[in-house]
Amino acid sequence: MKQLLALAASALALTAATPALAQDMVVTNAKLVIGDGSDPIEGGVVIVDDGKVVFAGKPAAGQTFSTAVVVDAGGAYVTPGIFATVTTLGLSDVSAVEETNDITARGTPFSAALDASTAINPTSQHILVHKAAGITRAATTMLPSGSIFAGQGAIIDLDGDANPVVQARAFQMISLGENGADRAGGSRSAAHALLRAALREAQALAGKPGIPQTTAIDKADEVLLSRFDAEALVPVVTGKQKLYVDAERMADIRAVLALKQEFPKLDLVLVGATEGWLVAKEIAAAGVPVIANGLIDLPETFEQLGATQSNAGRLAEAGVKVAINAATLQNPRRLQQVAGNLVALTKVPGATGMSWGQAFAAISSVPAEISGMGGKSGVLKPGAAGDVVIWTEDPLEAGAVPTKVFIAGVEQDLTNHQTRLRDRYKDLDESNRPEAYDW
Amino acid sequence: MFADKTTRGRFAALMTLASAIALSACTTTGDGAKPESASAKPDKTFAATPAGDPVFASTYKPFPNISTAIKGATIYDGRGGMIRNGVVFMSGGKIVSVGGPDTPIPADIAVFDGTGKFVTPGIIDIHSHLGDYPSPGVEAHSDGNEATAPTTPEVWAEHSVWPQDPGFSRALANGGITALQVLPGSANLMGGRSVTLKNVPSRTVQGMKFPEAPYSMKMACGENPKRVYGARGRMPSTRMGNFAVNRETWLAAIDYANDPKTKRDLAKETLVGVLKGEILIQNHCYRADEMALVLDMAKEMGYKVAAFHHAVEAYKIGDLLKENDVCSAIWADWYGFKMESYDGIMENAAFLQREGACVVIHSDDQNDIQRLNQEAAKAQAAGKRVGIDIPDATVIGWLTYNAAKAMGIADKTGSLETGKMADVVLWNGDPLSVYSRPEKVWIDGALMFDAMNPKTRPVSDFELGQPGEGDVK
Repeated sequence: MKQLLALAASALALTAATPALAQDMVVTNAKLVIGDGSDPIEGGVVIVDDGKVVFAGKPAAGQTFSTAVVVDAGGAYVTPGIFATVTTLGLSDVSAVEETNDITARGTPFSAALDASTAINPTSQHILVHKAAGITRAATTMLPSGSIFAGQGAIIDLDGDANPVVQARAFQMISLGENGADRAGGSRSAAHALLRAALREAQALAGKPGIPQTTAIDKADEVLLSRFDAEALVPVVTGKQKLYVDAERMADIRAVLALKQEFPKLDLVLVGATEGWLVAKEIAAAGVPVIANGLIDLPETFEQLGATQSNAGRLAEAGVKVAINAATLQNPRRLQQVAGNLVALTKVPGATGMSWGQAFAAISSVPAEISGMGGKSGVLKPGAAGDVVIWTEDPLEAGAVPTKVFIAGVEQDLTNHQTRLRDRYKDLDESNRPEAYDW
Repeated sequence: MFADKTTRGRFAALMTLASAIALSACTTTGDGAKPESASAKPDKTFAATPAGDPVFASTYKPFPNISTAIKGATIYDGRGGMIRNGVVFMSGGKIVSVGGPDTPIPADIAVFDGTGKFVTPGIIDIHSHLGDYPSPGVEAHSDGNEATAPTTPEVWAEHSVWPQDPGFSRALANGGITALQVLPGSANLMGGRSVTLKNVPSRTVQGMKFPEAPYSMKMACGENPKRVYGARGRMPSTRMGNFAVNRETWLAAIDYANDPKTKRDLAKETLVGVLKGEILIQNHCYRADEMALVLDMAKEMGYKVAAFHHAVEAYKIGDLLKENDVCSAIWADWYGFKMESYDGIMENAAFLQREGACVVIHSDDQNDIQRLNQEAAKAQAAGKRVGIDIPDATVIGWLTYNAAKAMGIADKTGSLETGKMADVVLWNGDPLSVYSRPEKVWIDGALMFDAMNPKTRPVSDFELGQPGEGDVK
């Protein structure tokens, strides 16, 4: 049932007179986080109409809105949904159980042409569990296995419906550095040669109309790149599709930035970039955003010798656009915890952290912008998706979880395998019947 | 991402009671003649140090320290106690007194103002592979799993520990870790002995060994052993094979223990140490049903399990674990990365606490060991949401006293009690908040880390001359 809501102190006469869609809703009395790096707003309001934010902020006197759903947040934190990048959400059930794992594909002759959007399972428990953790959208991708090319990643939403893919083929993901070298045959040079050969093939194909044949390109080792793969790189080399490059070492990062000299249209994004802080000014000058490892502080490989938790903060301080990388976390629902740790660093002498607003932006609006979803996700501003999360406490605090999650204005069911186990084992009383009857 | 490294071991410090340990069957040489000592050997008679006597002995000595007090802080004592505006006084490497604001502090000692700050016992990680799987994690450093036979009780994790692993310093500075147990991995049913270390930089592993800590032996249930050996076409390839190999091995150890004439056997010496209760069992085991089977195997063979590690399903049998006095060493939120972790839930710790069972928060990870306090906070919050309200002071026990108890060192460390080792962390805020970090860490009363002083950050040999040497990390 729809009701006319008069928003207490304000004047924004909002006659959002759209029909009674489920995607209309209003959250009041919020400690409102816009997600753009600004400080929380006490007594904030979010209005979602037809699945999109139409207002978020301090309400003006007399402001009204017609809606079926009014949620009083009771002063709790209200934020945009977390935008997780880079993830593999929806591509496996149990990563170590090969049958369920679509993240890697060692046996395929294809590489760059692989399209993660064709394999997303919207009801994967990982999607349901992470939705309950406040993640509403994610950049999800396969990982490089048979080649330096992982294939094309997708932007997905986590509402579990039939259409999880917000944008297919949003980016191509490749691995340089140690991992890429290994995939390419054992040397960084091999990885760079393969990349250049592939991009040149794509340049040669660019602008050629018609349905191409998927025969192998005529080259010495044709398994490296099929025609289909070369075609998939056309949007990369023409700058229409982003190129996410996983690189860690200072020298590897420089080599990535240098690619623009040969392929000027590349729309580069660095992923990982453990030693990015050592070349922060160069990255900033190149205007390349970074999806940075947040808390990696050990030389886990020789390409991470300079690892420090201050990496993300120092990059941001140099003017680089920085999101936090989910790929190196135990699971992406730890993004909020990583962001909280970056805030904690501001109290550690010698360390560089982030302000609270900046850290939250690094898991919401910034990754959305990097993914090409700027203004559409990860932020509560007019026109953005109505992904709204109400939290138990400060969302960057250890243990914070959502009490309610809305995706495109629709309240989500937060039930999943884990909540069902939790409910069953609230007690161990089997005096009447075994636990199997408790459901 | 790399959960549950299959092999890690721990080897504790010397066994305390060398003579009591003297395995009747094992102290003799082949001809049954007991040598006087290794040094006084007659011509043509050769003898190793008798079994049970200290070998690879700890050379750790507390570093020079000054009498120190912290006043005005909130103190969690590790055993469920909390004192606001309290005083901790340490001297001679020991805790002298812990109490309220009126606790006497001698003149002329170092006094730190802990106002707005928190004090806990040193954090203890019961499950680490630092040193055995050090950074950088190159193949040449892969020393945690002797994955060449399904049972290798003869290997000792201390023989793999690389003291230059930069991970030790991160655990100290960011995690407040003062002691840790390094375990062999879980490729094998019986992975070998663990070692318990003081988290101090050292040129040798002996210089880190926790004095008089008992050894443990690592065992592993489930997927790893059957996968590793099944893939080679040998036993075990199934869970039933896991149990069969274990039971045959225990029976052989019992025969060995009962045969005074048998030749020394390093593997069986470890197993007999377990049967005698001198070596503890740390058992990697995810599934509830398998833990229940292990408990029965332990009864059958006459040993005790100190803790189940990675016990993601412990919450299903909290009652049984309580009844058997077994700790569960667990993560807060790892789940779903392998089949036997599929039923992991964040309420695991809280449900165990509800049953009165022993909870330990562990890492198994060079990164999580830097944030055990946050893992505990996540587990605590999950409990609170389902109406299980666990006091902060109790939660701190999950990573201090309970860990020490399951490692057999609770009489020495793990809580702030008079006479215990002065292993102490001063946090710059509530340790169960994501926003807090260790400000100072004392080990046996010596200030081994001070966030306010860059020169107190240990830098391993490996890091010298590398990018970021001495950086804040």
